[in-house]
Amino acid sequence: MLQDKDRIFTNLYGQDDWRLEGARKRGDWQNTAEILAKGRDGIVAEMKASGLRGRGGAGFPTGLKWSFMPKQSDGRPHYLVINGDESEPGTCKDREVLRHEPHKLIESALIASFAMGAHAAYIYVRGEFFNEAVHLQTAVDEAYAAGLIGKNASGSGWDFDFFIHRGAGAYICGEETALLESLEGKKGQPRMKPPFPAGAGLYGCPTTVNNVESIAVTSTILRRGAAWFVGLGRPNNAGSKLMAISGHVNTPCVFEEELGVPLKEIIEKHGGGVRGGWDNLLAVIPGGCSVPVLPKSVCETVLMDYDSLRAERSGLGTGCMIVMDKSTDIIEAIARFSRFFKHESCGQCTPCREGTGWMMRMMDRMVQGRAELDEIDLLEQVTRQVEGHTICALGDAAAWPIQGLIRHFRPEMEERIRQYKAAHGGTGLVQVPASGVPVAAE
Amino acid sequence: MNTHQTPQEQPDSFAFDSASEAEIVTVLAKYPEERKASAVMPLLYIAQRQMGRETGSAWVPVAAMDEIARRLEMAAIRVYEVASFYTMFNTKPVGRYHLQVCTTTPCWLRGSDDVVAACKRVTGIAGFGETSADGQFTLTQVECLGACSNAPILQVDDDFYEDMDGPRTVALIEALRKGERPPAGPTINRCGSAPEGGRKTLMDSVHSISENK
Repeated sequence: MLQDKDRIFTNLYGQDDWRLEGARKRGDWQNTAEILAKGRDGIVAEMKASGLRGRGGAGFPTGLKWSFMPKQSDGRPHYLVINGDESEPGTCKDREVLRHEPHKLIESALIASFAMGAHAAYIYVRGEFFNEAVHLQTAVDEAYAAGLIGKNASGSGWDFDFFIHRGAGAYICGEETALLESLEGKKGQPRMKPPFPAGAGLYGCPTTVNNVESIAVTSTILRRGAAWFVGLGRPNNAGSKLMAISGHVNTPCVFEEELGVPLKEIIEKHGGGVRGGWDNLLAVIPGGCSVPVLPKSVCETVLMDYDSLRAERSGLGTGCMIVMDKSTDIIEAIARFSRFFKHESCGQCTPCREGTGWMMRMMDRMVQGRAELDEIDLLEQVTRQVEGHTICALGDAAAWPIQGLIRHFRPEMEERIRQYKAAHGGTGLVQVPASGVPVAAE
Repeated sequence: MNTHQTPQEQPDSFAFDSASEAEIVTVLAKYPEERKASAVMPLLYIAQRQMGRETGSAWVPVAAMDEIARRLEMAAIRVYEVASFYTMFNTKPVGRYHLQVCTTTPCWLRGSDDVVAACKRVTGIAGFGETSADGQFTLTQVECLGACSNAPILQVDDDFYEDMDGPRTVALIEALRKGERPPAGPTINRCGSAPEGGRKTLMDSVHSISENK
């Protein structure tokens, strides 16, 4: 488990001063110009060597992503765009960075922008994080006033501007190209890739979009060295990560932990244990609602990292877990996600726009048990027809929780249907409501 | 995708006041001159806040959207599109206090049903999207607010009230009704998102890099 001496986010809970003076005491802005003096290639090489993988969910190597940016500008400006649209249900880690470690983020943004030849960074902060954006803006103003950013940022010779752009309540804007559309003043509807943002992103210019946490750890990694970071965690799953526990534990919280620690240990230590004891555990969704649920049997042994969870056909996602005890109606818990995705589909691709509605309506019936047993397979088929058939991953994200439910909790779904039939005397087909079968348009 | 209903009754005109104009200057400076459409969301927010100041109801009338379109040299439909796509722009009037309850799974697991029930009981609102008879409160169901370790969350305007339950929801709404504004954040004994009762990590208060080595 991670020791305090290895923590990156030392003001995670806002227990100390989050403003410039406090941040300096914690080591931020100490020798920024020296770090920049390593040069673009030096910084990117160090980030690659650190093994840092994207902290927003996809887990793509951060240093490698940075290296995709053109080495020479063709006249177009380069941009760093930071994704602070934290909206994945269960996920609440970037909020702590924004409000309690804003200087770590701004300093790291300067370093990352320099490493990609960008003179400007935009951060897209979800609209609901109003007070967090206020903290961040205060920190930005402090950094400008102290000459840490702006012209000749931190005395490095590099000009750097940092701008905050607030979202307005659309989950889809966490998808990087939807975020760029939104930043350009449009509806947040994802773009086809290619072209990838590194070729044509914000305003058609080379752009890298990184999660808040992926950026915020940069300054510390470069100060303490790639070897230190890679020494934490497991091979291919390097470092520490911000995680969170919500749901049925005794003490829900946000915390920083080493990757590769057993899930059970994390729940016991940080979460204070499952409400009613470990044996009262039903299931855990390990990394935000898009990743499939894990039953208790898997939770006994699985490690919290990208590859271990992938091997269990789930994923680390955002590293923010939702714990459910045996009192949970697991079908309703997943059905709520189906409603979420239906609400958040941007409406651009037919399989997602219509499919999320289909899945939601079928899941609502599954909650009641008002279905046929073989409709479970039909539901599974619907998820397969959405998955992989859309421009962005929202369709996949809507499909996976249901697939996880069917994979691990099919007996519960079947039992619900039997109960409904027993209660309503039905043995044959379910009565189609007078209003007709569900149709595409709502 | 969200379907917003634009009410028939709309103000005839809208003009930004001086406070808003000052904010607009700051906003426009963030984006390249030829990319000022980027400012559409910030300007919609500015208009909405101004309506809140002027009328006690923070919403964006069509006249404000038209003014924004004119300012940013966009087709009006592009502004309507944005205003109706994003849920945080209120395209119809709301109450003085906008109660936004998260009911997504993490909040639901920790009792968001109780928060919803308390909101309805105290305000007399029957369903989501409605405004109380006295015009003070609008109740909206929202999706995950991104503060799940402090679930359930009741967002009042811009502030998150965290670790809520039924009785604390009642107390909060009663206080708002009296014109008080209780401090936002956790309503139980915890510091931010640290575990209730005291943090289990970061036991030394201030760390510096040199100490860390």
